[in-house]
Amino acid sequence: MHFEFQVEGGNFSKAGTASSQLKKILKQLNVDSRDVKRVVVALYEAEVNVVAHAYNGTIIIDIDTEKITIRIEDEGPGIQDIDQAMQQGFSTASEMVREMGFGAGMGLPNIKNNTDHLTITSEVGVGTQVNMIINFNS
Amino acid sequence: MTVKEIAEKLNLKVLSGASGLNNEINYGYASDLLSDVMGNAKSGEVWVTLQTHKNVMAIASLKDLAAVILVKDLQPEADMAAQSEDEGIPVLGTSDDAFTLIGKLYELLKK
Ligand SMILES: Nc1ncnc2c1ncn2[C@@H]1O[C@H](COP(=O)(O)OP(=O)(O)OP(=O)(O)O)[C@@H](O)[C@H]1O
Ligand SMILES: [Mg+2]
Repeated sequence: MHFEFQVEGGNFSKAGTASSQLKKILKQLNVDSRDVKRVVVALYEAEVNVVAHAYNGTIIIDIDTEKITIRIEDEGPGIQDIDQAMQQGFSTASEMVREMGFGAGMGLPNIKNNTDHLTITSEVGVGTQVNMIINFNS
Repeated sequence: MTVKEIAEKLNLKVLSGASGLNNEINYGYASDLLSDVMGNAKSGEVWVTLQTHKNVMAIASLKDLAAVILVKDLQPEADMAAQSEDEGIPVLGTSDDAFTLIGKLYELLKK
């Protein structure tokens, strides 16, 4: 099964919409609730990162009986040092974003903790690609 | 304990989402950092915070939280209250600060 969602950079009132829709789809497919929880955390954090840090993005989802594969590609400033970005507490979030309670530098660690496979590629000034796989019933 | 019972015991105002007053609360989580809640709160918990915008409800819904408590007489923004109504996840209010409210809540919910 294949799904795609668009994400608007800067639009916090819509942040989490794709995650919410995917949660409904996974429940309809009777995916184990523990797996649904992991998927929701990982996708939400990636979705909010596009909203908070990039200009616009696309979420591409493929689901089969064994796993879910999610790719989030955005047009945005990119990430200079991915290892540094992965560290808990590292954030370049703006003051406005921090006041909302984002910008703890915990999003990427949350994605890491809730996925079985994660790769991030990025080109500064162009955009970022996040690829994740979550195996079902693992 | 249900949201309603906690609201009565701690004298909390129901600010929105009254249709969820029978939600069962099994424990609590307190944080104003959204990714902290996303990563660490568990389903059925009540979330104590001073954040009043719509993303609070997005997280409460995605994490299947039972209710949200706003401290220090803070009010939910209109779109937060609207989503709380839609999802049936109550937003409760107190004049207590976080420290005081969490202390009382812990006494009720500690395992
Ligand atoms: N899609 C992206 N485009 C550009 N930079 C990004 C992107 N995703 C993450 N980053 C960079 O990596 C940093 C760490 O991301 P992470 O999600 O861990 O924390 P955060 O978004 O700053 O805060 P939190 O997720 O806790 O609200 C960000 O502050 C930003 O500098
Ligand atoms: Mg983030």
